[in-house]
Amino acid sequence: MNAMDFVAQTLRIAVPYLLAAAGGVLSEKAGLIALTLEGYMLGGAFGAAVGSYVAGAPWVGVIAAMVVGAALAMLYATSAIRFKADQVVVGIAINLLAIGLTRFFLRLFFDSSSNSPRVPGFEGSGTGFVALATNPLVWIGVIVIPVVAWVMYRTPYGLRVRAVGEHPAAAASVGVPVTRVRYIAVLLSGMIAGLGGAYLALDQHQFTDGMTAGRGFIALAAIIFGKWNPLWAGLACLLFAAAETLQIQLQGTHAIPSQFIEMIPYVLTIIALAGLVGRAVPPAALGKTASE
Amino acid sequence: MNRKAVIEEAILPPFVALLLAAVVGDLLILSFGQSPGAVYKLLLEGTWGNAYGFGQVLYKATTLTFTGLAVGLGLRAGLFNIGAESQLAAGGFCAALVGLLLPAGIPALLCLPLYILAAGFGGGIVGAVPGVLKARFGAHEVIVTIMLNFVVLALLNYLTSEKVHVPDTLHTPELKSGALPRIGDFLEPFHGSAANATILLAIVAAIVLWWYLFRTRRGFELRAVGLQPRAAEYAGVSVAGVTWRALAVSGAIAGIGGLNYVLGYKHYYEEGFATGAGFLGIAVALVGRNHPLGIVLAALLFATLSQGGLAVNALVPKQMVDVLQAVVILAVSTSVPEVRRLLRARRSTDS
Repeated sequence: MNAMDFVAQTLRIAVPYLLAAAGGVLSEKAGLIALTLEGYMLGGAFGAAVGSYVAGAPWVGVIAAMVVGAALAMLYATSAIRFKADQVVVGIAINLLAIGLTRFFLRLFFDSSSNSPRVPGFEGSGTGFVALATNPLVWIGVIVIPVVAWVMYRTPYGLRVRAVGEHPAAAASVGVPVTRVRYIAVLLSGMIAGLGGAYLALDQHQFTDGMTAGRGFIALAAIIFGKWNPLWAGLACLLFAAAETLQIQLQGTHAIPSQFIEMIPYVLTIIALAGLVGRAVPPAALGKTASE
Repeated sequence: MNRKAVIEEAILPPFVALLLAAVVGDLLILSFGQSPGAVYKLLLEGTWGNAYGFGQVLYKATTLTFTGLAVGLGLRAGLFNIGAESQLAAGGFCAALVGLLLPAGIPALLCLPLYILAAGFGGGIVGAVPGVLKARFGAHEVIVTIMLNFVVLALLNYLTSEKVHVPDTLHTPELKSGALPRIGDFLEPFHGSAANATILLAIVAAIVLWWYLFRTRRGFELRAVGLQPRAAEYAGVSVAGVTWRALAVSGAIAGIGGLNYVLGYKHYYEEGFATGAGFLGIAVALVGRNHPLGIVLAALLFATLSQGGLAVNALVPKQMVDVLQAVVILAVSTSVPEVRRLLRARRSTDS
């Protein structure tokens, strides 16, 4: 494998991470823990498969993925903000709900407990970069991080998101509609992370049970490792994806056991949280909607 | 707050949750073209209605009691242990390793303490890491325990598949000593179900934890830190000490739960036996309101749902119960603060 193939493969693996991390940064910056990324992605993947299967067009799947992601995000936001439920508990429940609902409807729609039938994806021609360049979700994945960074640091809405994530009471006192800013941030995070799931399902031309396989947590790890800065989080996504590409390359050579490369994102995140290589400090009001 | 008010606040949310779960369940069942009544009847018959099904409920409730107690202990100290799954797995793995070193034919009662120590050690180490990182560096235990789940499970996967597995399987060789008796060995109707003597360990664990939390100084300190860490610190409690101890003990409890599978059921460690038990442990602690008795009852509820899924699979997909379990968690977590608010509003208008 030459260097270009390595980069192309890394990008291919990174796209769902980039999408989920971009969504997750929005949610976390607004003060809502993004434990739910895994659920948004899984729901999005299922929505994409159903939409694309029913309409015979991948774009319909993409829209369906955003709708499912937004619906799960709405449930999360309502529970955490309106009902002041504990974010961690609700987040876990949303992930379990996404697993349960996708399994149930997989049986109901496709009479299978493992996978959907083949669905249309963005049929590209060629391999490597050519195949990637013909997939619009790859383009969205590449630009979503800079876009979120721009929104976060260059627009009034971004300023408000950061304000409600750091000090909601102060934000409210200067007239920021804290609740509305948060709902919008969480809804957007669900839609964008749902796109990450859509990429997975359309890339593989089917939905398979549990196909996100912890990618939402890798994206969360990237956010923390990137110290809640969207650009750094995006770089962390690329780093983790490169490690995965390396793991695939080394398979069969037994140079390093694949399990140890799998651990890299999680170990790095723990180290970053412990402050051993530059402290990762979360938004001050993160996770505290229950007590506000 | 008087006793009646406390009980109201504790009992009402689970009922609201079950009601909501039943409504969602009805919708799912109807979407599959079945009658809810028939499905619920089958669910009850397949779980509490016959000895085998009940045995399976008890078996699953045993594991969930351990992970529920682990999560509940953490929450009493204000700490969220999301790592019960990997702690359970590590406990089972360490117990299996010790078992592989023991010669055949030692009576179960003699080597049981050794197994408990090994399982508690395995889970305790996994729990102590986030505890120390929190106490020493302030690293948030929620994220660390989640991330550690992946690290530990990958490590156990490596050790099992590269070092100690039986070829072409994902499990270790069978242990030659320490197998715990199953209920089916004494009561014929239970034959075939996995329920085993680990149930007694789970009950003992619940009682010991109750005693520790509510009858010892250490337990009092732990609860004080959970309620008001600053006040506790001011009163001379070492918050850092409570933090790492609570998470280490929490991990150890989850780890001992691994014996249910390793000593009580299969007599070997197998990849993936702990899958899902950690997250359900959170649900169990939540519904059981972090009280050992509540946790035991909640473990029975969630075990009934798990086993009930298999019982109704002929009519509706067993995956329905995955949805119901999530709905119960969502409903309890949203209704606890809501019920409290409503009850307090009503009381303040009454008085």
